[in-house]
Amino acid sequence: MPDGVADAAHHDLSFLTASGKHAGLLSWILSTDHKRIGILYLTAVVSFFLVGVLIGLLMRIEQLSIGETIMKAQMYNAAFTLHGVIMIFLFIIPGIPAIFGNFFLPLLIGARDVAFPRLNLLSWWIYMLGATLAITALFTGGGPPDTGWTFYAPYSIRSGTNVTLAVFAAFILGFSSLLTGLNFITTIHRLRAPGMNWFRIPLFVWSTYATAWIQVLATPVIAITLLLVMAERLFGLGLFDPAKGGDPLLYQHLFWIYSHPAVYIMILPAMGVISEIIPTFARKTIFGYKSIAFSSLTIAFVGYLVWGHHMYTSGMSDTAAWVFSLLTFLVAVPSAVKVFNWTATLYKGAIEFSPALLFALTFIFLFSIGGLTGLIQGALLTDIHVHDTYFVVGHFHYTMFGGTGFGFLAALLYWFPKMFGKMYDRRSIYISWFFIFVGFNLLFFTMMIMGWMGMPRRYYDHLEYFHTHHVVATVGSWVLAAGIFFFFYTFLKAVRSGEKAPSNPWSGSTLEWRVSSPPPPENFHEIPTVTGGPYDYGHEIEGAR
Amino acid sequence: MNGIAVHGMELHRDATGARMGMWLFLFSELILFGGLFLLYAVYRSSYPEDFHYAASHLDTAVGTINTLILLTSSLTMALAIGVLERGNRRLSSILIALTILLGIVFLVNKFFEWSAKFDHHLYPNSEELLLHTPGENVFYALYYSMTGLHGIHVLVGIGILSFMLYYVARKPRRALTLREGDPSSIIVQDGKGKKIWQHQTGEGVFGVDLTFIYNEHEEVTEGTTIKLENSGLYWHLVDVIWIFLFPLFYLIT
Repeated sequence: MPDGVADAAHHDLSFLTASGKHAGLLSWILSTDHKRIGILYLTAVVSFFLVGVLIGLLMRIEQLSIGETIMKAQMYNAAFTLHGVIMIFLFIIPGIPAIFGNFFLPLLIGARDVAFPRLNLLSWWIYMLGATLAITALFTGGGPPDTGWTFYAPYSIRSGTNVTLAVFAAFILGFSSLLTGLNFITTIHRLRAPGMNWFRIPLFVWSTYATAWIQVLATPVIAITLLLVMAERLFGLGLFDPAKGGDPLLYQHLFWIYSHPAVYIMILPAMGVISEIIPTFARKTIFGYKSIAFSSLTIAFVGYLVWGHHMYTSGMSDTAAWVFSLLTFLVAVPSAVKVFNWTATLYKGAIEFSPALLFALTFIFLFSIGGLTGLIQGALLTDIHVHDTYFVVGHFHYTMFGGTGFGFLAALLYWFPKMFGKMYDRRSIYISWFFIFVGFNLLFFTMMIMGWMGMPRRYYDHLEYFHTHHVVATVGSWVLAAGIFFFFYTFLKAVRSGEKAPSNPWSGSTLEWRVSSPPPPENFHEIPTVTGGPYDYGHEIEGAR
Repeated sequence: MNGIAVHGMELHRDATGARMGMWLFLFSELILFGGLFLLYAVYRSSYPEDFHYAASHLDTAVGTINTLILLTSSLTMALAIGVLERGNRRLSSILIALTILLGIVFLVNKFFEWSAKFDHHLYPNSEELLLHTPGENVFYALYYSMTGLHGIHVLVGIGILSFMLYYVARKPRRALTLREGDPSSIIVQDGKGKKIWQHQTGEGVFGVDLTFIYNEHEEVTEGTTIKLENSGLYWHLVDVIWIFLFPLFYLIT
């Protein structure tokens, strides 16, 4: 039976409305359908993201005037800790892999679900448990933790705030991330459709694959480190306490052995999203498929060996410092390989401009700034000048927000019609892009300038010298937040009353565009047989406009 | 409508996939302990004399006995899997029970060993220990955290094996029936009338391929064997970690 007939018979079925064992809310929170789990994550992650944005706004308002503006120093410490913990552990790390990885990984490789659907649901429950514990930590014990998201010893051991519970929450969240990674690796190895060999899988799958390996092999390091912080606080072991023979520097080593690779857990999936969007809107096969695929693996591997660049000023031997510096410069190479390949893909393409492409191009622009300013800190001499200043804060917001954040928004724009079967209003998205882009640069570029001038991070107050810059940055934060809220408002409106989306609105060539929008419960009526590369624009694309 | 297919059930029958998932989990476990081994390596090189002195106070006899117990339990575990693969559920259950018992004996031994140390006031943050050298304090901090984390893993292993004991020992489902009558869904029941699987017929399912679900000539399903094999892998991992802990704490004095 030809595929077209099968799809026609299933066209009205949607995973959003299909009836299962349970009804109502239970049909969602007990569902093992990877698509429903993806949407569960989407709801939770976006909610936490918006909370994180609000806390960021409050911090900026505090810097609007010299002296105490709306909060005391202790509250400010809690605010930047919370902002960090929420954005890192609840938004960026699970963001793209857990939402879009869950939803699209099986679709992209031609599978009906992930390898372990029940484990997948368990991962979401563990994520929610971790999030609940993190929120509980704010209101119980000695109040919200004030250590910064890094939980550096020995302060995290001595702080009277509720660090123990917050650290335990991060430990639990790590579990969720690890199990998701394990699930994805097995899925990619075992459930590829017939004919889908390793060099036919879409590049988002490659980047998810590299990410999943980091999740499995790096997360346990933070798990044990956080457990030890808890043990230090509860039993006074002394492993990180100089008074008892321990060495706090070892905490920093262990922490960054995870947390630097974790930076690549955050950015690699976003790079995968960009690698999907660019060929689709250039109507052209991607330039350098293999080099993009291998650069993901190279980033994942070299990313393990650069953690020491967070510690140049902490007390390391000169030899260790220059070795880490060299490796840091090396890790920039595969990232640059991707950027060049994306631009080369656009060259002589039949480019169709769209919101998703706009956000993807913005990603390339902002991430390049983030990457290049990273080299300033990777070099030993300049790092000593900018260490612990707003320059660092600006830099990582360019990579994490300008990079991963924009990648996340681009993924949402690209795949939203498939996920919900609705189209959004393009004009509203372009308007929100303008606010987000302008606000973002006002806020974070100003931060980098301030940092270069010497404004230290994590201070709740500032000198007259920095005042103008702080005011500009705060105004930027308002513009940015307005854009973000308008962006998500547009989506809410689209979910409620958007136009119905066709199965392939962007003329994409990968498998997810061959099923209806939204996809039927088990994705494919018949598992497709793959005969060519993922971005094969040489022949006619099924369902293309 | 031809091309009848049942989805749903085939997902749980990928033995290679299940094994792969377990191995990935074991890698992560190794790295979890790896963090502690890293600390051990660094502190051992910072305080070689203190470590030497402190280690001489651990009871090598108890350590050796525990090593033998765990090694034996790994043997019974491996036998339980081999026996189950040959279809002998009874003997397999006995061997699993034996493994659990050995695990418990290991923990009881550990309890007495720790108690003895506590009696000498050698525990983290104790006044006695704070009087000793920093190196000794770090040694005991590592001793308690590493053997403690290992003990927790033994405990989890015992939990998993208890579940497997129930799983292997219970009677397999004898009969399966397709319930008819309600045209809107397909229901599969076992011999006792318990519902095993249900699917709405409106959702693209037009028939059931029973070989996916149950093969009546098979006494032990592949699913059970794989579960036991994976539990066995976990148990062996716990054993392997102990093989490294034992010399590091008890033998290098």
